[in-house]
Amino acid sequence: MRSGTATKRLTRTLIYFLLIMGVAIWMIPFAAAVLTSFRSNDEIMTYGFLSFPKKLQFTSFIAAWNRGNLKQYLPNSFIITIPSLVMTLYLSSLSAFALSKYRFKGRNILLGVFVGGMMLPFQILLLPVFKLSEALGIYDSYWGLIGIHTAFQLGFCTFVLRNYMVTIPDSVSEAARIDGCNDFTIYSKIIMPLVIPAMAAIATLEFTWIFNDYIWALILLRSEKLMPVTAGLAKLQGQYVMDWTVITAGALLAAVPTILIFLFLQKYFIQGLTMGSNK
Amino acid sequence: MTKKSRLYNPLAPWLFLAAPLTIYMIWVIGPMLYTFYLSLTKWDGLTAPVFQGLRNYTRLMKDPVFFLSLKNNFIWIGFFITVPVVFGLALAMALNKDIRGAKAFKALFYSPMVLSLVVCGLIWSWLYNPSQGLINTVLRSAGLGELARGWLSDPKYALGSIITVAIWRQVGYVMILYLAGLQSVDPFLVEASLIDGANKWQSFRHVILPQLRPISIVVMVISIIDSLRAFDLVSVMTRGGPYNMTSVLANFMYIESFNNYKMGYGAAISVILFMISLVFIVLYLNVVMKDES
Repeated sequence: MRSGTATKRLTRTLIYFLLIMGVAIWMIPFAAAVLTSFRSNDEIMTYGFLSFPKKLQFTSFIAAWNRGNLKQYLPNSFIITIPSLVMTLYLSSLSAFALSKYRFKGRNILLGVFVGGMMLPFQILLLPVFKLSEALGIYDSYWGLIGIHTAFQLGFCTFVLRNYMVTIPDSVSEAARIDGCNDFTIYSKIIMPLVIPAMAAIATLEFTWIFNDYIWALILLRSEKLMPVTAGLAKLQGQYVMDWTVITAGALLAAVPTILIFLFLQKYFIQGLTMGSNK
Repeated sequence: MTKKSRLYNPLAPWLFLAAPLTIYMIWVIGPMLYTFYLSLTKWDGLTAPVFQGLRNYTRLMKDPVFFLSLKNNFIWIGFFITVPVVFGLALAMALNKDIRGAKAFKALFYSPMVLSLVVCGLIWSWLYNPSQGLINTVLRSAGLGELARGWLSDPKYALGSIITVAIWRQVGYVMILYLAGLQSVDPFLVEASLIDGANKWQSFRHVILPQLRPISIVVMVISIIDSLRAFDLVSVMTRGGPYNMTSVLANFMYIESFNNYKMGYGAAISVILFMISLVFIVLYLNVVMKDES
């Protein structure tokens, strides 16, 4: 109110300037990675990184895809992520329904167990889950990873879905009950359709989380042919120690699925993030 | 409420909980408790664990790498609860208004979040590359060659270089959380404070910030938990080196358990990591479950 329009305009310009500078700095790693992947290693070694690109080429991407084996790692990531995602969403919708639509002894303790569990440091689970997977015969298979991802993500998904279901008035399910619906019909026909927006948000977020997992792949897989792209990239790093163009090309290829999510499902991704922190 | 409870079978919630809870118990709660037992054993991962009381813990108390890792975790926390929080909040304040391009700015700032830490670690390792990497190349061509160094091999700079990557990825996340938090700030209170003669800073400090308290606590706890979980970046960029200078508890635990096959010892490290986390998990539960009862 007190500041005149001139100073107001000045502050606005200053904020713009800082924002643009900030974004420019924030984008440098992407830009550098893109610029590296399209050039040859020899060119960078000879003329230096800052020289003007002489020839742009796809050979690094092809090398990462074929010899670096991303053609195997990337599909593996989907094979692991999608079943984990479907199972954790389904199971957490059941637990969220129980924890939001019924009052029973121990309800809050259970909710606390789910919420607390989502913040555990993975390290406390590594050794027993490693042994458990061996005992169940699912060590070094997709199922070992699907098992832990499904279970571990239950905490977050239950928490968020439960908070969402609580906002659905009880009168909705009561009316259905009076109409003769049983508990499972209330869950599947009445509540679930109303929860779809929340599901979309969680699914988007969980997809990137499971897709980006590294440590569980490291612990629960030995065979290279089963590895998801995160573990595969770490392998690639050892394989092409001297050739950074292939490593950055591989890193960019590995990021394509999550970048697509960023481009097309941003809204859901952000909703998921904020639903997890706000009530 | 008591009347309502008679409307349904008391077993119903447990039928819904049966499958998720069983899986959760088998893969999360059971293993967590079992790690406590393992931490009291000597175990190579192949033969049966042998109970040996608190020996792993007394050995940890004499292990310099343990204290170095612990210290590094706390340094990580120190940076994580300040730098991204300040930047994230500043960005949220700047972008909360209807300024042109706000949407694009937000998206670009949070874009690193969708990348896996492995991808971030690899891309930044290349920026940090001592001979050809972007950072040293720019420094040299700007005539600042004496500032160029092996960012990840210099014991003095390695940890900071890794934390920088983590901060780069975190700022956008904090911004999003604060943008959500700002939705619940009462605009009339802010306006009233400005009319009453407060300047922008005073109104931020005394009107907006107190209303952001709940979200600030969530941001802090998430930042601390993320710092304690730190593993991927260290594993990809330095594996804890040089001379364990970038070792963090998660990484130390992994190496002791899966490279040195001292799994009982590794379990003890993870129990300590868990105990530190527990303080903040409880704090978090207190915030988010405050109005449940």
